[in-house]
Amino acid sequence: MQSESFTLRSKDLIGVLILAALLFVILPAILDPFRLNMVGKYLTYAFVAVGLVLCWGNAGILSLGQGVFFGLGGYCMAMYLKLESSSIEATKIQSTPGIPDFMDWNQITELPFFWVPFKSLGFSLAAVVLVPAILALIIAFALFKRRVGGVYFAIITQAMAAIVTILIVGQQGYTGGINGITDLRTLHGWDIRTDGAKTILYFVNGGLLIGCILLCQFIRRSKLGRILVAMRDKEDRVRFSGYDVASYKIFVFCFAAALAGIGGAMFTLQVGFMSPSFVGIVPSIEMVIYAAVGGRLSLLGAVYGTLLVNWAKTSFSESFPELWLFGLGGLFIAVVLLFPNGLAGLYRSYVEPRIDALFTRKRSPGADAAPGAAPTLAE
Amino acid sequence: MNATPITDQMAPDFLLAVEGLTVSFDGFKAVDDLSFYVDENEIRVIIGPNGAGKTTVLDLICGRTKATSGSVKFKSTELTKLKEYEIVRKGVGRKFQNPSIYDDLTVFENLEISFPRGRGVLGALAFKRDAEVRERVQHVAETIFLADQLNRKAEFLSHGQKQWLEIGMLLIQDPELLMLDEPVAGMSVAERKKTAELLNTIIKDRSVIVIEHDMKFVEDIAHKVTVLHQGKILSEGSMAKVKADPKVIEVYLGH
Ligand SMILES: Nc1ncnc2c1ncn2[C@@H]1O[C@H](COP(=O)(O)OP(=O)(O)O)[C@@H](O)[C@H]1O
Ligand SMILES: [Mg+2]
Repeated sequence: MQSESFTLRSKDLIGVLILAALLFVILPAILDPFRLNMVGKYLTYAFVAVGLVLCWGNAGILSLGQGVFFGLGGYCMAMYLKLESSSIEATKIQSTPGIPDFMDWNQITELPFFWVPFKSLGFSLAAVVLVPAILALIIAFALFKRRVGGVYFAIITQAMAAIVTILIVGQQGYTGGINGITDLRTLHGWDIRTDGAKTILYFVNGGLLIGCILLCQFIRRSKLGRILVAMRDKEDRVRFSGYDVASYKIFVFCFAAALAGIGGAMFTLQVGFMSPSFVGIVPSIEMVIYAAVGGRLSLLGAVYGTLLVNWAKTSFSESFPELWLFGLGGLFIAVVLLFPNGLAGLYRSYVEPRIDALFTRKRSPGADAAPGAAPTLAE
Repeated sequence: MNATPITDQMAPDFLLAVEGLTVSFDGFKAVDDLSFYVDENEIRVIIGPNGAGKTTVLDLICGRTKATSGSVKFKSTELTKLKEYEIVRKGVGRKFQNPSIYDDLTVFENLEISFPRGRGVLGALAFKRDAEVRERVQHVAETIFLADQLNRKAEFLSHGQKQWLEIGMLLIQDPELLMLDEPVAGMSVAERKKTAELLNTIIKDRSVIVIEHDMKFVEDIAHKVTVLHQGKILSEGSMAKVKADPKVIEVYLGH
């Protein structure tokens, strides 16, 4: 038992190290700043996909509204940045200087109350995580306490994505409407538009992503992680073993929402704007596809799935933009039908056994007789 | 008959007191004004034809189905108003009719999840697989004949082993009242014998309600038998008495 969990842990760690090498050494070495920034943008979606691995893969809760949480995180960041670039001097040509330009265009003459706290960087950073988590909490509480689950839950999250999009688009004066919040310039005085800043943000983003993956790995190795799996398999058994199942679902849904929020904020910082086009149903479903392609049970797979699908999307839509949605749909169907465990599943069934064989052959024959032979319960 | 004690002398003496319990599904009364009492350290077997309402009675006791009316008192706590997990934490454990285990986890992990500690979200996050947990898991695994299967994924167990595993998951909770829904259904003769043995070792210091069809098995274990028919008690008492009851012979045993 001890040795098994040890190898699991070291396998997890090796995977993270390889990803870190790719993100921090290989990609920066081979890509120009423009392409690196693009990968950085893709990686912000990986936060969502990683959260979906826990929420959907492990706990069996499919959310088709993760774009909302991504968007909320992104908007919280964008509000701070927008206020910073809307100083009185910078906006003195407006009829009301000191408020964001789109408000002025919409005849708003005073900063709305819910924008005011976003003048503070600390508040905004906290909001990036808390606003998505609190919305998730409200939804999860209302639904999971009433035992709404499965397809119904998925549909309701999708409805939420539609509603939030309509709300953002409709309330132009408060949200920037369909164009979103644009023309973001500095973060606490630091110009985020330069190549240098973008490279730094890429590394920050990578670091945060690795941190989130390690946190997810910790959760999955804990008893909490096993309870999520148990709940997916036999919800009633968990309930009748003395657990309040709803609270576990609420936790994992909020956690995934918070991760998505971090991704959204990093998107805003690296891309320089946030708009409703990252909030609605289509982006939300795309994010599920990233996790599905990578393998919905694999945290690292989700990252590679995100990179791969986005790379395909970029190359594909450069040449045949109108075909991309069909390509994406086809990819999803293919994955679901042919490779239900995605890239990670392929890796596990074809690559990993060979690597394992390679290692066991090198080890002394005495060493590998131990695992599995007897239940080694004693430490 | 002596099947219904007088109401005002009940509560503290019985571990479980079910009174006037009724549930109707769209007007159909699956359990109809049912009353029965289970003593401490008693093995009660509930028998009855298919559809008699046996499983529904267990569902009502453990909170899976909400009663239309009536009361279920466990050590003088009213259970009908509690949530399922609260009922479990009071000391009521329940095994389902079909083996209900976590296929994707190992036998060890299945048992460990049922260990009554760290049941809140944060508690589960901080839960440590310490010596106490290992010992309890090992001990229970030996009791349920699965000590050599601890590292196996539960999906690879045989049907009988899965039934034992679920019983083990209840044992590790150490409930005062254990409810088993057809624990030997689908088992081979040898497995049945082992299960009877198992039940006889685990009933120490607890009460057990067992639903069972296998009459041989019932005779082996029952202290008292309750015969259910169309949601009502048809007869109750020792196996010998129930077997001799003409009503029982008519609807159940004599076909
Ligand atoms: N949730 C439910 N909704 C509607 N009818 C139910 C429900 N649960 C049980 N029943 C009905 O109640 C009756 C008793 O079922 P059950 O308790 O499973 O019988 P037994 O376990 O004695 O075979 C059956 O007719 C069954 O169809
Ligand atoms: Mg039944």
